[in-house]
Amino acid sequence: MNTAMHVLPYLVAVYVFLTGCYGLATSRNLIHAVGCLAVCQSATYVLLLAVGYRDGATAPVFSDIEPGSRPVVDPVVQALTLTDIVVGATVTALLLALVLQIAKRHGTVDPDELRELRG
Amino acid sequence: MHHLLPLLVALPLLGAAVLVATGRHLPRIAAEITGFAVSGGTAALAVVLLLDSSPPMVEWVGGWLPVGGESVGILVVGDGPALGMATLVSLLTLAALAYSWRYFDQPPHGRTGTFTALMLVFQGGMCGFAIAGDLFNAFVFFELMSVTAYALTGYRIDEAKAVQGALTFGVVNSLGAYAMLMGIALLYARTGELAMTKIGRGLDSAAGQGGPDALVLASFVLVLTGLLVKAAAVPFHFWLPDAHAVAPTPVCMLLSGVMVELGAYGVWRVYGTVFAGPGGIPAADLTRALVTLGAVTAAVGAVMCWYQRHIKRLLAYSTVAHTGLFVIGLGILTPEGDDGVALYMLGHAGVKAALFACAGVLLDRFGSVDEHALHGRAGQLRATGVMFGIGALGLAGLPTFGTGLGKAITEEAVGGPLTVVFVAASAVTAGAVLRVTARVFLGLGPRPEDAEYETSGSDEEPETPGLLGRIPDTMTIVPAVLLAAALAVGSVPGFGELVARYVNETGSGGAHVSVHWTLHGAVLGVASTVLAAALAALAVTRPRWVAAPDWAAPLRRLQSGHVGDYVAWLLVGATVLGALALPGVLGG
Amino acid sequence: MNRLRLWLLAVGGAGLAALLVAACLDLPAFGGRWHPYGDRAVQASLDRHIANTIASVNFDQRAYDTLGEISILFAAVLGCVVLLREARDEHRAPPEPAEVARPVRRYALLVLPVALVTGLYVIAHGQLSPGGGFQGGVVAATALHLLYLGADYGALERVRPLGVYEASDSLAVCAYLVLGLAGVLAGTAFLANTLLPYGTFNTLSSGGTVPLLNAAVGMEVASAVVVLLAHFLDQAVEIEEEHGS
Repeated sequence: MNTAMHVLPYLVAVYVFLTGCYGLATSRNLIHAVGCLAVCQSATYVLLLAVGYRDGATAPVFSDIEPGSRPVVDPVVQALTLTDIVVGATVTALLLALVLQIAKRHGTVDPDELRELRG
Repeated sequence: MHHLLPLLVALPLLGAAVLVATGRHLPRIAAEITGFAVSGGTAALAVVLLLDSSPPMVEWVGGWLPVGGESVGILVVGDGPALGMATLVSLLTLAALAYSWRYFDQPPHGRTGTFTALMLVFQGGMCGFAIAGDLFNAFVFFELMSVTAYALTGYRIDEAKAVQGALTFGVVNSLGAYAMLMGIALLYARTGELAMTKIGRGLDSAAGQGGPDALVLASFVLVLTGLLVKAAAVPFHFWLPDAHAVAPTPVCMLLSGVMVELGAYGVWRVYGTVFAGPGGIPAADLTRALVTLGAVTAAVGAVMCWYQRHIKRLLAYSTVAHTGLFVIGLGILTPEGDDGVALYMLGHAGVKAALFACAGVLLDRFGSVDEHALHGRAGQLRATGVMFGIGALGLAGLPTFGTGLGKAITEEAVGGPLTVVFVAASAVTAGAVLRVTARVFLGLGPRPEDAEYETSGSDEEPETPGLLGRIPDTMTIVPAVLLAAALAVGSVPGFGELVARYVNETGSGGAHVSVHWTLHGAVLGVASTVLAAALAALAVTRPRWVAAPDWAAPLRRLQSGHVGDYVAWLLVGATVLGALALPGVLGG
Repeated sequence: MNRLRLWLLAVGGAGLAALLVAACLDLPAFGGRWHPYGDRAVQASLDRHIANTIASVNFDQRAYDTLGEISILFAAVLGCVVLLREARDEHRAPPEPAEVARPVRRYALLVLPVALVTGLYVIAHGQLSPGGGFQGGVVAATALHLLYLGADYGALERVRPLGVYEASDSLAVCAYLVLGLAGVLAGTAFLANTLLPYGTFNTLSSGGTVPLLNAAVGMEVASAVVVLLAHFLDQAVEIEEEHGS
């Protein structure tokens, strides 16, 4: 593999994170904003899994391969990613619940039109 | 004894789970007593562990003791600062639960213990963060306390402001947490470890003679971004006034009293164990970054605090100003600074929680926390008024409050022109609170004029069933006890020395620091108080003289309530943090 | 104001991008062989007769993280219960029966038991094959919701007594904690996997307490997802604003 391939997966994570931030900052709809937050979080999955990858390796599950017969990817980052996914899903659910209530109380989900808190 | 450390997390969670499981069949009083007992039991455990924490304890959860220096388990630390924070969290939760005794009008139908259960989970999350010795585990508990805090902030769904503040809180804090996780992933890639001490050693050995590189800088910036969002340092602070002003009062007591401080504590812990070595960020760069951000935070917090009329929002900005001072004190990286900040945090937790408790009384008695609308109306609430005034003096750092002692020691450690920041920030925030006391409780001065760009505190829903005719005893006793505790932190002989010993045993290898009142510190404390009183008197009698000048208006406009602005500021903050710490990396 | 935000975004985004790209260039090359923690985790998993290393990391080596994780889920469910309750100006109306196209109905009812069994299978084989409590719990919980697609909301509500699911959500958290505390009572450590024999490698009963913790998590996730979805669906289907009050 050439040098570019050695950093490309990491750069993808950075790109995804910054894209999510851009979406969050310019969002005109809070549901979309919560989605953008999930995009930012996806960057952490990409980064974690990229960090744990090993060339030519398979999943660290030994029910059908002999231990030591093949390299396996780093199981720790996989477990961390699983935790991360659960955290992300629950945060998204909670934030969407709040958006739902904002829609009811303010009659809008456009952050530009929320004028209650300022100064 | 060290096996009991994880119980600081497990006990409150178990209590919460039991409360939810039985919630349909439990009378309200039983649910509240259970919450009280569980929270109190955890507090007792934290105190017992704290007294046993010299020498510091460590525990490998799951019994994964290191073999040949390597472990696959999670490390939990039981040293003075960690257990001290856990104790503070637990005691403050206990106070908040006592304050909210029969507080909300109606829990959700058929779910009696829900509020209590959420408070217990919040306690468990904060304790877990305080004792975390593993960076990913710290992230998990960071998220646990955040998620619970979002839900608690939005608890009053009938309030338009509450749900908006909670969402802003949720988006900004979650983004900070994900930034932190990106940083953790970078550190894992470099060192192959997750325990903080192991990461620190890994960075040192990876750097060799070379010093830190861009990866270390980036991970430092990302992890600190997450923690500083929690600590509400400028420019990561915008979420705090929006959230703290709208959360239910007992929740505000915890948010302002200890959760924000946990962010600053996290910075101290992570820098000390991960980035302090030769492969990390040089001390000079950390000091430059934290002192700059801290000073700006203190200044912005104080100015914004002064121009608020929404009383809870005013208190929220004073928390911003004081955390700025904490960040400065921790940033100078001396044992004296650490000790001073520890005492300052203890005193501040008591004073700030008491002030929020008093604001809650106003809310439930009058359905308003607006300084202008309440002008002269709260005269008959004598006890609350007196406590509000005493709280203001505590905020100013009057001897012999814990805030005063902590501030005096930190000022001495910081020295030089930064002393001015400490005196000014505490005087202005205390002056604002004294001004509210004079107007609302004493009815002094003319009724102030309304400004154009501001959040008023009128038309708030009370948190109790209807407006209260008579204030329940718990809502008076709790702030009184909190103020007495804040006073005791600074007055009980030997307490300061004790705190210093516990902090230094971990932070600075057992350096001995003499912690007591000095003439210099007492004079500065009195000076802050006098300045605060003068400012308040001026504001009440000559409102035009201290009305918002033109240069303050743009500052107020920055607090736009728009979550997109706050996210943009977060990115700018990360860049600034990187720029401030850059010289050390280039030099290496 | 909008202009200011764009400027801030440009400056902050550019600064952070530069920093992160520079950091990426310093990262170890993608696909490298050096993963010390990962190698230790694999060894520890094999020592305890657990075929799926990720399950070993989640429910044994770093089971304390998983405790935080299920607590987050538990807290989020509580939070949604609180945030999506009926506000003062709202009331509940029973949902109207819905017409469902027959092919959809048949397909949904056919797939429902299959999906449910798949979910339970994925939970049960957590320590043997990819999957486990989290993944299987979500599959099992969503399987139930095929009733909503195949029949109507009323049918779903009949098989979904919320009180039971809320109780089982919290009881599962209790079970996880009690299993953890058993280690402390036994004198080892919180969440120590030393109480039960490790069994035969690659069988359902292998791994000591791992299958039990995994089952508790499966139960928690399945119940929590059901309760979460129920509250969102209630908002869409049942809860209405009061009119003319």
